[in-house]
Amino acid sequence: MSDITKQSLSELVENIKGKKLSSSEVTKAFVERSEKSKELNAYITEDYANALNKAKKFDEKPNLDLKLPGIPMAVKDLFCTRDLRTTAGSKILNNFVPTYESTVTQNIWNEGAILMGKLNCDEFAMGSSNETSFFGNVQNPIDKNLVPGGSSGGSSSAVAAQLTPITIGTDTGGSIRQPASFTGTVGLKPTYGSCSRYGIVAFASSLDQAGPMAQNVKDCALLQEVISTYDEKDSTSIDFKRNEYGKELTKDIKGKKIGIPKEYRVDGMPKEIEDLWKKGIEYAKDCGAEIIDISLPHTNYALPTYYIVAPAEASSNLARYDGVKYGFRAEGENLIDMYEKTRSEGFGAEVQRRIMIGTYVLSSGYYDAYYLKAQKVRKLIKNDFDDAYKKVDAILTPSTPSSAFKIGEKTNDPVSMYLNDIFTVPVNLAGLPGISIPAGHDAKGYPLGLQIIGKAFDEQNILNIAYAMEEKINFKNNITDWWIK
Amino acid sequence: MSIDLKTIKHISKLSRISVDEKKAEKLAGDLNSIFDFIEKLNELKTDNVEPLTSVAETTLKLRSDEVKSKNLRDQVLKNSPKENEDYFVVPKVIE
Repeated sequence: MSDITKQSLSELVENIKGKKLSSSEVTKAFVERSEKSKELNAYITEDYANALNKAKKFDEKPNLDLKLPGIPMAVKDLFCTRDLRTTAGSKILNNFVPTYESTVTQNIWNEGAILMGKLNCDEFAMGSSNETSFFGNVQNPIDKNLVPGGSSGGSSSAVAAQLTPITIGTDTGGSIRQPASFTGTVGLKPTYGSCSRYGIVAFASSLDQAGPMAQNVKDCALLQEVISTYDEKDSTSIDFKRNEYGKELTKDIKGKKIGIPKEYRVDGMPKEIEDLWKKGIEYAKDCGAEIIDISLPHTNYALPTYYIVAPAEASSNLARYDGVKYGFRAEGENLIDMYEKTRSEGFGAEVQRRIMIGTYVLSSGYYDAYYLKAQKVRKLIKNDFDDAYKKVDAILTPSTPSSAFKIGEKTNDPVSMYLNDIFTVPVNLAGLPGISIPAGHDAKGYPLGLQIIGKAFDEQNILNIAYAMEEKINFKNNITDWWIK
Repeated sequence: MSIDLKTIKHISKLSRISVDEKKAEKLAGDLNSIFDFIEKLNELKTDNVEPLTSVAETTLKLRSDEVKSKNLRDQVLKNSPKENEDYFVVPKVIE
C-alpha cells in the first residue's frame, strides 16, 4: 500500500485491527515520509530506529484490542518522554533526557501507540509562529516560508504533511487551535483539568492544557478518549465522568443552541474571516442548530489579562532553570554570576521578555496594579461565559483573525504577534474546551478555521458539533508536497 | 507609564538574567509597548470583583503521606551539568 500515510488515524486503526496492515508497514511508511520531509523542520529529535523495532515487536504479538494498536506517533517536544531528549524548544534543555514519562504520553503508549520522535515548538511554548524555537523555524506544508502557527507548530506541520497520523500539542493561549487553523487541521483544547499536566514542561500552570491535533474530528475524538484521564500526580486534574468521545461521537446536533458573540467582530478583521464566520453560521443551521446572538462584553480585555497572568506564572515556573540540577550551564565567577549567565545564554529573547514582564508584574509595589487586577478581570471574562451558557450550548467564532503569515513578518513586533491569539485566549482564561476545524480558504488559498467553544467538561458536545459541521464544510487541504525533492 | 533603563536593570536582577546596555534598551522598548497594551485593563472598575486564581473549581484532594518512589538518586543526578559523588556542584559560595 503506497498511500498508507494518506490514511486517517481511524482508517489505520481499522486496517491494523483487520490485519490488512501491520504496525511495521505503517510505521515504515511514516518514517520514510518523515525522512523525506526534513525541510519542514517539524522534528527536533527523531527516534525512527526504536520506532521500527517497537513496531516489529508489536507485530510479533499484536494486541488488537487496544485503541491505538501499533500506531506510530510523533509528539510535541514539551512532553517528557523517558530516555528520549525533551527540549521544550530551548537551548537550556538541549541535553535534557527525562527519567520519567508524562501521563498523557503514557496513556497513549498504554493503548499501543509507538513514539516516532519529538516535534518542534516555540521555546517553552511561548510564541504563535514557531519562530522562537532554538531549533529553527518550521515550514507550513501549505506553502514555502509560511509559518505553521505556534506554539505547537511542529505538531501542526507534521499532521498536515502526514508525517504522523495524529499528534498531541499543548494550548496555553491558543497553541493548539491557532496552528490547526493555519494548517487546515483539527485541534482540540480540552477543559482545564481534563488532561494531566504531569510531565509537561510548565509554561503557565493555570492555563496549560494538552490536547489532540488531527486530520479530522473523528480522529481527534478518539485520541481525546485516550489522553483524558484523572491523575493524582496533577493537583488540578479533575475527577469528572469522561465520555468515550470517539464511540459516542454523533452528527445529530439538532436543536443545539449555538451562540454568536458580537464582540468577536474586531476592528481590522479581514472580510474573508467575516465571510467564513457567516458561512459557518449557515453550516450550523443546516445541521439543525439554532443560532442565538450573545454578548461576551469583556472579550477585548482578554489579551491584556493573558499577558499579565501567563508571564507571571512563567516567571515563577522558569525560575527552576538555574544551571544546577539539569539543563544548560554557563560558567560564572560566582554562584549568582553563573545563574545570570546561564539564564541569559540559555533562554531565547521571547522567553527572557516574558520572564521580565512576569517578574515585574509580581514585584513589590506592582502586584496589586497588575497581577491582582488581571485576576479580577479574568473573573469578569469567566462570568461572561457563565452568563452566555445560560442561553446557549456552545459558541461559534473564527479561530484566528487572519490566515498564516510569512516567516519573519511579525517577529519584530511582539504585540502584533500576540494579537494572533485574540479569539483563543479567552477560552484558556475561562478554562473551557475549544476546538478549531478547517472551514475554508482565503484568496491566497491558505486555510482558515472556525472555533467552537463549549461549556466546561462538555467536550463531547463540541466534538459532535464539529463532526456535523465538518461533513457540511467538506474541506480539502491543498498540499502539493513541494518540499519533497 | 514608562519603563526606564534603571527599572530594566532592577527586573533583570530579580529575574537573574544578565542584561547588557544594548539588550536593556531593546527590552525597554518592547516592554513599554507591551505595557501600553496592558494598560487597557485600567478602563475597568474591579473594586468589588473577586480575583480568579484557578478555574478548576475543586478542593485539593488529600492523600496519605507515604513514599511512593525510592532510590531515585541516580535518576535525580543523571541530568546534572556537574556533580561529584552524590552532590550537585556549584561555584564556591562560602569562603
